[in-house]
Amino acid sequence: MKKNVYLDYSATTPVKKEVFEAMVPFYTENFGNASSIYRYGREAKAVVENSREIIAETINAETNEIYFCAGGSEADNWALKGIAEANAKKGRHIITSKIEHHAVLHSCKYLETRGFEVTYLDVDEYGMIDLEDIKNAIRNDTILISIMYVNNEIGTVQPIAEIGKIAKGNGIYFHTDAVQSYGHIKLDVKKLGVDLMTVSSHKIYGPKGVGALYIRKGTKINQFIHGGAQERNMRAGTENLAAIAGFGKAASIADETLYEHRSRLISLRDKMIKDISRRISHVKLNGHPSERHPGNVNFCFEFIEGESLLLLLDNQGISASSGSACTSGSLDPSHVLMALGLPHEIAHGSLRLTIGDFTTEEDVDYTVEKLVGIVEKLREISPLHQ
Amino acid sequence: MYSEKVMDHFMNPRNVGEIENADGVGEVGNPQCGDIMKIFLKIENDIIVDAKFKTFGCGSAIASSSMATELIKGKSIDEVVSLTNRAVVEALDGLPPKKVHCSVLAEDAIKVALMDYAKKNNLNIKGLENFKVRDHEH
Repeated sequence: MKKNVYLDYSATTPVKKEVFEAMVPFYTENFGNASSIYRYGREAKAVVENSREIIAETINAETNEIYFCAGGSEADNWALKGIAEANAKKGRHIITSKIEHHAVLHSCKYLETRGFEVTYLDVDEYGMIDLEDIKNAIRNDTILISIMYVNNEIGTVQPIAEIGKIAKGNGIYFHTDAVQSYGHIKLDVKKLGVDLMTVSSHKIYGPKGVGALYIRKGTKINQFIHGGAQERNMRAGTENLAAIAGFGKAASIADETLYEHRSRLISLRDKMIKDISRRISHVKLNGHPSERHPGNVNFCFEFIEGESLLLLLDNQGISASSGSACTSGSLDPSHVLMALGLPHEIAHGSLRLTIGDFTTEEDVDYTVEKLVGIVEKLREISPLHQ
Repeated sequence: MYSEKVMDHFMNPRNVGEIENADGVGEVGNPQCGDIMKIFLKIENDIIVDAKFKTFGCGSAIASSSMATELIKGKSIDEVVSLTNRAVVEALDGLPPKKVHCSVLAEDAIKVALMDYAKKNNLNIKGLENFKVRDHEH
């Protein structure tokens, strides 16, 4: 029997019913502009501040250190460009890694055209950054280190608290894109030693189009969107009220259920990794064996290509993603797989399956079962497979 | 993104496999780009009596191989020489612009197989004198 199995939770998640219900009144009834002084405005303002408080609490920040914006990409752009511009007199050097999200990498590329220098750190075969490499990359004019907490493709978890210590010891601002860790790992900005942190709503069962940037009090950063006085003069634009209400609700659910959510995902993830490794030959697990996102499964299947794999899985009702060139629309497989040092032909056969709260054990069994047949079918067609 | 024809030839590819002691074999592409196409031909009295393929690549690469082998079966060498990638694209009811290179790969693999046949039999095939495999770009 054909099922519908969604296994792309790292791309986006469905909005949970409780979250959706929490949003609806802010479209139709309490629709005010939070900047207005009358009742509608005051109610809207209260909702925004309530969500801000929830999100601050979940990451052990002060309420006034949370700035809402349109999502993870905006928060990353803001952190990178805002810090670079505000601190250009102090220095023009930034350190990041080769496996960051494009929101960070392309912001760095842009900053290079504006006279900044960027060091892109290598990672090891598991996608892990070497702390010594960070120390060695630091220069007198380094103003910012930006390293993602959890990689979106391969799920590798970086030693953020350790990097935080290095940054602090050298008086350098430290930003982490925590989009893939928020809701999966307990985040504490004080323990992590981060100055800026990106979080997003639609990866934690909240609506799309809203995220937040944590900015430690006293951080020298430029405003990003110019206009009205919203977000304490730092990010103009009428607040996306319903989305912010939904984000707050999603964040509070994620925080309350974090440990249960985590252990459930980990057991499904490990089962899936074990079953695929056992039942299919010539496979390679991408990412770190233990320091890994609780819902991330990423394999390369030798002799076959990722897009074919996705199409055949889709035909069986299974939604997943790949880092192959044909799915990225470029000549090369994803920059993350390349940074791991994988040969092109292996990297072309990558498959990412990301598990979430609505994934069941049956879904995992069904997917592995179908995958076995699909890989076999494609290998029969492949001239690389003998 | 793909036409029904492409999906049909991808999901149920025709002529998959190898021909033992094939009269001509052509392989193009490389694993770096993520596409390799290998075409096997059986030729009797200047007619392609059988064609098979093995392909490593995306959905459109597999569909293009399948369609191309269908198009050349039963045709004369002359007819096959004049077959272009456009014919493969048209027979598939179109390919997305980024995937047209897959049909080029199919045309080239067939021509390389014909050259192989010509070389083995000391023949000159009219129309292939100046043939060169095109740079394979996406």
